[in-house]
Amino acid sequence: MSDVDFRLTDDQRALRQGMRELLDGRFGREALRAAADADGLDRELWRELGEAGLFTLRVPEADGGVGLGLPEAVLVFEEAGRALVPGPLVATHLAGARAEPGSVVTAVWEEGGLVDHLADADYVLAGDGLLPAEPVRAAAEPVRSVDPLTPLHRSAGTAGPRAVHEAALLTAALQLGTAGWAMDAAVAYAKEREQFGRPIGSFQAVQHLCARLLVRAEPARAAVYAAAVTGDPGEIAAAKLLADEAAVAGMRDCLQVHGGMGFTWEADVHLHLKRAWLRAEQWQRAGVAEEELAAAL
Amino acid sequence: MELTDTPQEAAFRAELRAWLADVLPKLPPKPDPNDWPGRRAYDCGWQRMLYDAGYAGLQWPEDAGGRGATPIEHLIYLEETEAAGAPYVGAGFVGLLHAGPTIAAEGTPEQRRRWLHPILRGDEVWCQGFSEPDAGSDLASLRTRAVRDGDEYVISGSKIWTSHAEAADWCELLVRTDPEAKKHRGITWLAMPMDAPGVTVRPLRTLAGSTEFAEVFLDEVRVPVENRLGEENDGWRVSMVTLSFERGTAFAGEVVACRRTLRELAAAARANGRWDDPVLRRRLGRLSGEFGALWRLVQWNVSQGAPGPGGSVFKLRYSQARQELYEAAAAVLGPDALDWDQEWTADRLSSLSYTIAAGTTQIQLGIIAERILGLPKGR
Ligand SMILES: Cc1cc2nc3c(=O)[nH]c(=O)nc-3n(C[C@H](O)[C@H](O)[C@H](O)COP(=O)(O)OP(=O)(O)OC[C@H]3O[C@@H](n4cnc5c(N)ncnc54)[C@H](O)[C@@H]3O)c2cc1C
Repeated sequence: MSDVDFRLTDDQRALRQGMRELLDGRFGREALRAAADADGLDRELWRELGEAGLFTLRVPEADGGVGLGLPEAVLVFEEAGRALVPGPLVATHLAGARAEPGSVVTAVWEEGGLVDHLADADYVLAGDGLLPAEPVRAAAEPVRSVDPLTPLHRSAGTAGPRAVHEAALLTAALQLGTAGWAMDAAVAYAKEREQFGRPIGSFQAVQHLCARLLVRAEPARAAVYAAAVTGDPGEIAAAKLLADEAAVAGMRDCLQVHGGMGFTWEADVHLHLKRAWLRAEQWQRAGVAEEELAAAL
Repeated sequence: MELTDTPQEAAFRAELRAWLADVLPKLPPKPDPNDWPGRRAYDCGWQRMLYDAGYAGLQWPEDAGGRGATPIEHLIYLEETEAAGAPYVGAGFVGLLHAGPTIAAEGTPEQRRRWLHPILRGDEVWCQGFSEPDAGSDLASLRTRAVRDGDEYVISGSKIWTSHAEAADWCELLVRTDPEAKKHRGITWLAMPMDAPGVTVRPLRTLAGSTEFAEVFLDEVRVPVENRLGEENDGWRVSMVTLSFERGTAFAGEVVACRRTLRELAAAARANGRWDDPVLRRRLGRLSGEFGALWRLVQWNVSQGAPGPGGSVFKLRYSQARQELYEAAAAVLGPDALDWDQEWTADRLSSLSYTIAAGTTQIQLGIIAERILGLPKGR
């Protein structure tokens, strides 16, 4: 048996499947649209995600966690990204056992002082510690967020989390989920929508848009999974770069394949695109990741 | 998911690295790109060194004369030889990466005995006679005709873009044996000796200045029936075995070479001051991430099993990334990139073919759309 092996173990497969089933049942299309219209996070869903291990996956079993590693975390985050689960998933995961079960933990981003879901947050992850959210909130200005599912504030003077690389990797995994959604949605629409008496997926221009979605998603997936195994900062930077591109460019192409339908509020396409934009600005934005990779050359 | 060497793999890596450190300094100087006898001698000489040291046909099955190494050991081999700057397969490309694996997969014991050993020893060089003037992307429309005459085929027609034709002893040739059948059904795979009467090679000069490929004219060339691989009219299937090899790992080692080039580019940019330009710096940083991911993608594909359409994803992405690499090199060089004798100019020129040869980017996109994503067949 070789050790260079990307194949998932049975346990990893089961974990991913479990998360997918939970989200299919608990956060399907209707729930997503309801969340887009709702004020604030669904705390019940948040608690269930916590019980499923999303936030304590890497906490040692002795401390009440699941005792797994980054590869497993990446697999479930990919599912959460695909389902477009709202909320500060990454910061709450990084807080792990430091926050009591069910709490919402957010963090101030690296650049520009943006912070997501501050109104719902119980804590803000700063450096290695947790601050109560209230004082941070009192000093922050609300921003009208482009993503209907992610309220934003601008906050001056609060530090971000220290584990920026882990945050970047988990965000990359969310982006990977979006890249997968983009591909599935584009391909399904291309097979079903007909123009000129045939499915639009039989037009080469549309085929090539769809194929490019896969060509961006597959290297991104290899990069994200590899980075999860090695934990190497350079590989994480590469993973974030490629996953951001796969998600953002992927959603743009997905929108294009949907034609006018893709430009509507009613279709889910814009929700995924806007989230992809948002995650691309979080934790190792392109310029930061590129500089980090360049410095290592 | 695991990404570290097993003790056995680590031992293999160490042994190979030591061997490379010992032999590479003893290699003769690289020949001029237009000196075909010299290039053949250099490339075959390297292959012979590999053979003598037991590294030839590393990943080929043992009953084909190979070492039966695992795909991961093969990747280690590619990684280490490239990292050490060992010679590229060069003239051995078709024999080692197309014709050889096809013969190993489809040949009779007799055919494997006849052809595989000389390929591994670097004694015989092969070329690939697939494309024709009117059959490029639409390879299955090829028209070079082979007519059975007793225990021989009599072949007339012409091939084009045949790489290394000037240096080759053998040609893996696709010919039409049944003009009535549907286009994929009437094709046969033959091994043609390049010195057979009626074979004329006319070198073509590429935009990189050298004669990398040629036109091959065939005028009633006689090839024994025993040189046929597989059944008559089954050549399309036989040759697809070859092409999936080509898109799978044939370019994997190049990814390692690209990463080396990237480090050289960074060093050059630091030396000439262009490193201070953040746009250039980030461009190189992104490429570094890209090639890192491409290497992981190769490992990913290999760990999923046989090369399939997934090879198209790699081939497409790699060929574009490599072109971007030499565009970035030109940005590092600035106006010096216009000097043909600068280090990366020849590579920049050669790289222009990567999105064309072995299936164009557009053809790969079509394969991905229809065979992987299952989109309806289109026009
Ligand atoms: C450096 C180099 C080495 C080569 N070595 C060999 C060799 O050793 N042996 C060998 O047999 N061949 C070899 N080839 C040939 C190579 O396989 C062909 O060039 C390639 O398959 C494309 O065929 P073509 O050149 O006829 O282009 P065409 O098929 O004429 O394509 C022209 C353009 O049209 C596009 N196009 C064509 N069909 C479609 C379609 N259905 N949909 C969308 N776009 C399409 C192509 O993408 C391309 O952009 C080599 C080529 C190069 C450049």
